Amino acid sequence: MEQEEKEFNPKIVAFLCNWCTYTGADLAGVSRLKSSPCVRIIRVMCSGRVDPSFVIKAFKQGADGVFIGGCHIGDCHYSEGNYKTLRRVEFMKIFLEEFGIDPRRLRLEWISASEGDKYAATTLDFEKQIRELGPIQLVEV
Amino acid sequence: MKPKLALYWASSCGGCEIAVVDTELKILDIAGFFDIVFWPCLMDFKYKDVEAMEDGEITLCLFNGAIRTSENEYMAKLLRAKSKVLVAFGSCASEGCIPALANFYDKQSILDFVYKDSQSLEENSRGVYPETKTHMPEGEIDIPEFWNTVKTLDQVVDVDYYVPGCPPQSFQIVKVVEAVIDILKNGKPLPPTGTVLGAGDKTCCDECPRERKEKKIKKFYRPQEIIPDPNECLLDQGLMCMGPATRSGCDALCVKANIGCRGCYGPPVNVMDQGTKMVSALSSVIDSTDQKEVREIIKTIADPLGTFYRFSMGASLMRRVQPKKVEKE
Ligand code: SF4
Ligand code: SF4
Ligand code: FES
Repeated sequence: MEQEEKEFNPKIVAFLCNWCTYTGADLAGVSRLKSSPCVRIIRVMCSGRVDPSFVIKAFKQGADGVFIGGCHIGDCHYSEGNYKTLRRVEFMKIFLEEFGIDPRRLRLEWISASEGDKYAATTLDFEKQIRELGPIQLVEV
Repeated sequence: MKPKLALYWASSCGGCEIAVVDTELKILDIAGFFDIVFWPCLMDFKYKDVEAMEDGEITLCLFNGAIRTSENEYMAKLLRAKSKVLVAFGSCASEGCIPALANFYDKQSILDFVYKDSQSLEENSRGVYPETKTHMPEGEIDIPEFWNTVKTLDQVVDVDYYVPGCPPQSFQIVKVVEAVIDILKNGKPLPPTGTVLGAGDKTCCDECPRERKEKKIKKFYRPQEIIPDPNECLLDQGLMCMGPATRSGCDALCVKANIGCRGCYGPPVNVMDQGTKMVSALSSVIDSTDQKEVREIIKTIADPLGTFYRFSMGASLMRRVQPKKVEKE
């Protein structure tokens, strides 16, 4: 069992908004901060671009966790994109729960371009959470 | 020789058959142009009649119903082999429809409910459950096996075309049949495989005559809770309407009758998942930016998953809910 836990390398798909969180992740990199190596970043122009079907599709294709990063409320470059994201994520959590997927596998964070440290800390924390939850193991149909 | 037509019902309610008969006098054209070789709902044919046919002998097969049992699957494979053109006819064959709501449960819990726990059950003290094989003095008899997950037709065999709707509207069936007759009579080329026939390429909202304003929703209502304005968009009034996430084609039948679209024409063009499309649409109109309040507003929707996937659970990205034990507490 312990052996298995050790071998579990979570797959985390991260949709990061181009203007804030993606730049924040970049900053974390340049500042040589340790962020989660399990994160696979997909850059989107705005967190509001993340269609709820992307989340389901990621889980369906084997992601153990999905992370969405956007600009702080009030800072979205398209003014209201992240409000939409906030509502979608609330919705998706209810959806995931009903689908039988732990809603803690989906995380939304507001991380600005200057918050490299927040990016590093949050992804590490999310990785820890996913490790606790274990691999996703969806039934094949 | 007349082209041969087959109609079959797998896991379905019979509504599709009625919709075909509802084409009124057009049914005579259908019967006149085609040689109907298999239509168990209306005529006395046996499976062995189909088994005896050559491969590809049936010109057109309209297959309605989802794949829920081993019998459904057997017939899907048989009719696929015997038909030149196989059409997933209606919402069940195309997207799973109401039968696929069973994908919220599994085989065992459904059998337990029906044979053990249901309040309407008078008694089953002997704990009788259906067995696929039973030994009788006369020999062994069998009934089809009940699958754990309801599937769409194209999850079991290759499908050439789709006709959505629960049921497809008769005026659309007439259009499809006329187009097929025209193709066969005049040697015209067939549409590309996978084409959706008998429907539009917009959304139900595009066909809806109701007046739309900027939507700002603070609470969702059940139909019995308010009397909606007959001319205003139902969703604007807080009534659930799947119009924005549903393919056009029915001529906005339900919304014209003052009831929200339930989504029976399936997801619109280029949308792979109707439920998440609806989540996306509603997320744009919920009038709050406060996380807690957003959650409260969403909670006023009765059964969001069942409502948004009422017709398309079988064809959705998830296809079924996960068994509870998979996730740790
Ligand atoms: S949401 Fe419903 S009522 Fe409103 S425009 Fe669309 S179809 Fe019509
Ligand atoms: S309005 Fe919606 S539910 Fe009613 S027939 Fe049209 S697509 Fe189906
Ligand atoms: S641009 Fe960053 S969330 Fe919209």
